[in-house]
Amino acid sequence: MNSSQCTDKSDTFTLGPLEAGPVCCDPQPAIQVRNLSLLYDGKAALDKVTLDIFQGCITALIGPSGCGKTSFLSAINRLTDLIPGCHVTGKILVHNQDIHHPDTHAQTLRRQVGMVFQKPTPFPLSIRRNLSLPLNEHGITQKTEVAAITEHVLRDVGLWDEVHDRLDASALSLSGGQQQRLCIARALALKPQILLMDEPCSALDPLASGIVEDLICRLRGRYTIVIVTHNLAQARRIANYAAFFWVSGRAGQLIEFGRCQHIFESPSHELTAAYVNGVRG
Amino acid sequence: MRETTPVHTRKVLRDRGVQLLIYASVLLISTVFIWILADLVRGGLAHLSWEFLMESPRDAGRTGGIASILVSTLLILLVAVLTAVPIAWTTAILLAEFIAVDSAFGKAVRFSLHVLAGVPSIVFGLFGNAFFSIYLGLGFSILSGGLTLACMLLPILASTAEAGLRTVPNAYRMSASALGLTRTATLVHLILPAAAPVLAAGLLLGIGRALAETAALLFTSGYVDRMPDSLLDSGRALALHIFDLSMNVPGGDMPAYASALVLVSLLLCINILAMKFAYGLQRRKIRT
Repeated sequence: MNSSQCTDKSDTFTLGPLEAGPVCCDPQPAIQVRNLSLLYDGKAALDKVTLDIFQGCITALIGPSGCGKTSFLSAINRLTDLIPGCHVTGKILVHNQDIHHPDTHAQTLRRQVGMVFQKPTPFPLSIRRNLSLPLNEHGITQKTEVAAITEHVLRDVGLWDEVHDRLDASALSLSGGQQQRLCIARALALKPQILLMDEPCSALDPLASGIVEDLICRLRGRYTIVIVTHNLAQARRIANYAAFFWVSGRAGQLIEFGRCQHIFESPSHELTAAYVNGVRG
Repeated sequence: MRETTPVHTRKVLRDRGVQLLIYASVLLISTVFIWILADLVRGGLAHLSWEFLMESPRDAGRTGGIASILVSTLLILLVAVLTAVPIAWTTAILLAEFIAVDSAFGKAVRFSLHVLAGVPSIVFGLFGNAFFSIYLGLGFSILSGGLTLACMLLPILASTAEAGLRTVPNAYRMSASALGLTRTATLVHLILPAAAPVLAAGLLLGIGRALAETAALLFTSGYVDRMPDSLLDSGRALALHIFDLSMNVPGGDMPAYASALVLVSLLLCINILAMKFAYGLQRRKIRT
């Protein structure tokens, strides 16, 4: 534990060196969030969140329901644009690019920032088409290339051996865990740099959940992963960094951010301590 | 373990009673349908022949066939469907996909659609006569009739299509958007195919209404039973032909029965085709 290297400033949560990486590695922020507030129909759901998310790391967002974790996640790929009455203020930089800048296209941004939802959401198409549809829409239409990417990402998520002989079957015929891995594969096919995951395991049985969790661990380093989870043990197992959200008043706030070990073993804030020890929340 | 307390017996009896009631209503509906069909077959089958379908009516329809009537009917239907479907479905897409459910504009459009759906067909006929036949100078023609029918179809098609689009889970829209798909791509590749069965069902309902329409066509497409030369010719629709034969032509009962049989068979065919089509579309989307 080298928490002395954490340069916690009063309002900005910044970093210490990468937990798992060599000492020479200087963590680079992939996403910089500055003063992000989010309102639904004028009611604040998230209040002035400032946070850096580091490249190649897994950052877990923890906290009770309704504290704005999912809203925070959807603000990063501007999925909040789709929600009527949702208003976002503040600044988010993804790889130093302002996502609210008029020159930033939502489609381009979302290609860089993939997302996996709580419930598996395969399209009611074949397994193959689930992967090729987004690729085609992003201009990758060559059949051999699409086939290569399909095999590559299905192997990445460990689904290839299970489905390679029935790629033309409906994706809805897969089990819940397989569907969720297909959704992860679908997100990976677009070669994003960042992957947002909204409780990807909570709708799965323990076995499938374990498989998906192992998969997320394997993606560490290649992708910057932000994962919302209610499963504190899971957050502790897989995350490098953890951000603890809490509802104060009516809006969600970021209470504490730091390396996972720090958050779970020696949190600086008493709310965090109470939550991770199961006293509250 | 058997319980035979009075309360239990009463519950069982009530359960049986409800079941009986459900079966009885199903039986009743099927009986009415089969009765009508049987009556039509009994009365019309003897008169129905290849010649009846291929010849034009003679002697006010007492002899001859219904060839020209069929052609007129199909042309009117074609005009109506081709005009109404694009307008109705784009309206539905706008209502369901692009504007909020509770927006004032959406509410206004929905309200006017509901009102339109409740307007009696004779009123549409008068409107069509005043607007298409006289004001636009289309006269008594297949075009006037088709356009009038299109006005009648609009609310049915738009309402069913909107309902169909709303049944598509929002998760598809969210995850498609998260994959960087544009709204158009999401609509074309995911939402419309998923809603296709409901769209087809709505179309069917509309075609059924249009095929059976009499009053609205009386004042717009007219009742000339000649073979139409163009869309600007007057043409008599099948339902109107049946009406005319049974009301105004003594001795027209047999051809009326046969025409009704043809009309009902057409409806049945369209039903079956549309169901097959919707099913096939769904399967194809899964396969490719």
